[in-house]
Amino acid sequence: MDPINFVILAAILFAIGAAAVLLRRNAIVAFMGVELMLNASNLALVAFSRIHGEIDGQVMAFFVMVVAAAEVVVGLAIIIAVFRARQTISLDEPAELKG
Amino acid sequence: MVNPVLFWIIAAITVIPSLALLFARKTVYIAMSIVLVMVGLAAAYVTLGAPFLGVVQIVVYTGAVMMLFVFVLMLVGVDQREDLRETIRNQRWIGLVTALGLGAFLVSIVTRVSIPVAEEGVSGEPDVIAFMLFERYVLVMEVLGFLLITAAVGALVLTHVPRLKPRRTQLEVQRDRVRVGADPVNKPMPGVYARHNALDVPALDPEGKPIEASISRVLEMRDQTQEGESFRATLDDPTRPDSSYRDSTSKEDGR
Repeated sequence: MDPINFVILAAILFAIGAAAVLLRRNAIVAFMGVELMLNASNLALVAFSRIHGEIDGQVMAFFVMVVAAAEVVVGLAIIIAVFRARQTISLDEPAELKG
Repeated sequence: MVNPVLFWIIAAITVIPSLALLFARKTVYIAMSIVLVMVGLAAAYVTLGAPFLGVVQIVVYTGAVMMLFVFVLMLVGVDQREDLRETIRNQRWIGLVTALGLGAFLVSIVTRVSIPVAEEGVSGEPDVIAFMLFERYVLVMEVLGFLLITAAVGALVLTHVPRLKPRRTQLEVQRDRVRVGADPVNKPMPGVYARHNALDVPALDPEGKPIEASISRVLEMRDQTQEGESFRATLDDPTRPDSSYRDSTSKEDGR
């Protein structure tokens, strides 16, 4: 089976993650959608690394993992800070800023 | 080449649990589904000749990142309800169509291209990756080190709460409680007279009446409390041995 199928799988996972970010109001769920999108891109990178027979794709995927870990730490800290200030993690609450 | 059976198993345990992101109600279930997706992706990496990345995926994602998510869920409370009001009209359909369109677009492009697959597979063993990381990509490694330190400090700064007022002593807390007329002592523990699952049975005050406030708020939110009819019935039962005392108290509050 051609490894390009894994790229198709990655595209499907990316779309599901994007749908979660667009549809869900819970900040944590939307954030998990972002994680899924990052992982889908990782899968595509590793699949391309296999297709081309080069190791660089795997190194890129490793870097994406590191950046994703840093992003999770800061993002969850922001969610906690917002929850402390507003007692909610709904993404629509900041819409009150419209006045 | 990849084993087709393995591919379909990986596809099933990544796509099906990830749909929980869209349809599941409880956030903890979603987090656990995403853990399963991460394990499936680790299997995919190993299949594609990246064993090191597969192990890192399990350690970093299922071990650290998703557990951090569950930890934050614990902090903000699992009983956070999602409000379904739409701030932008038809937002749900616009979002769904956009995501479906994105998926269809990507899949149609990927199925149209044909890339010749390299005959020999890559070796993603740790020593190969290590030589790559510390030779060609050593600068990126160092920049990522800075990034991780910055992220750690950023998380500390964001979650740190500076003390604006001096710390209140126990005496001041007690005086404030008395001034607003609240109960001056702690709430009583539930289930002093345990009949079955003691936590959902209210404590009784000296007159034998149940103290509603002794039941945990969480149990009420999950509808796991007792209605109390059966307990009232036994309390008001005149054939009980100490019913003379009960009768005098229950007449006073008109039951």
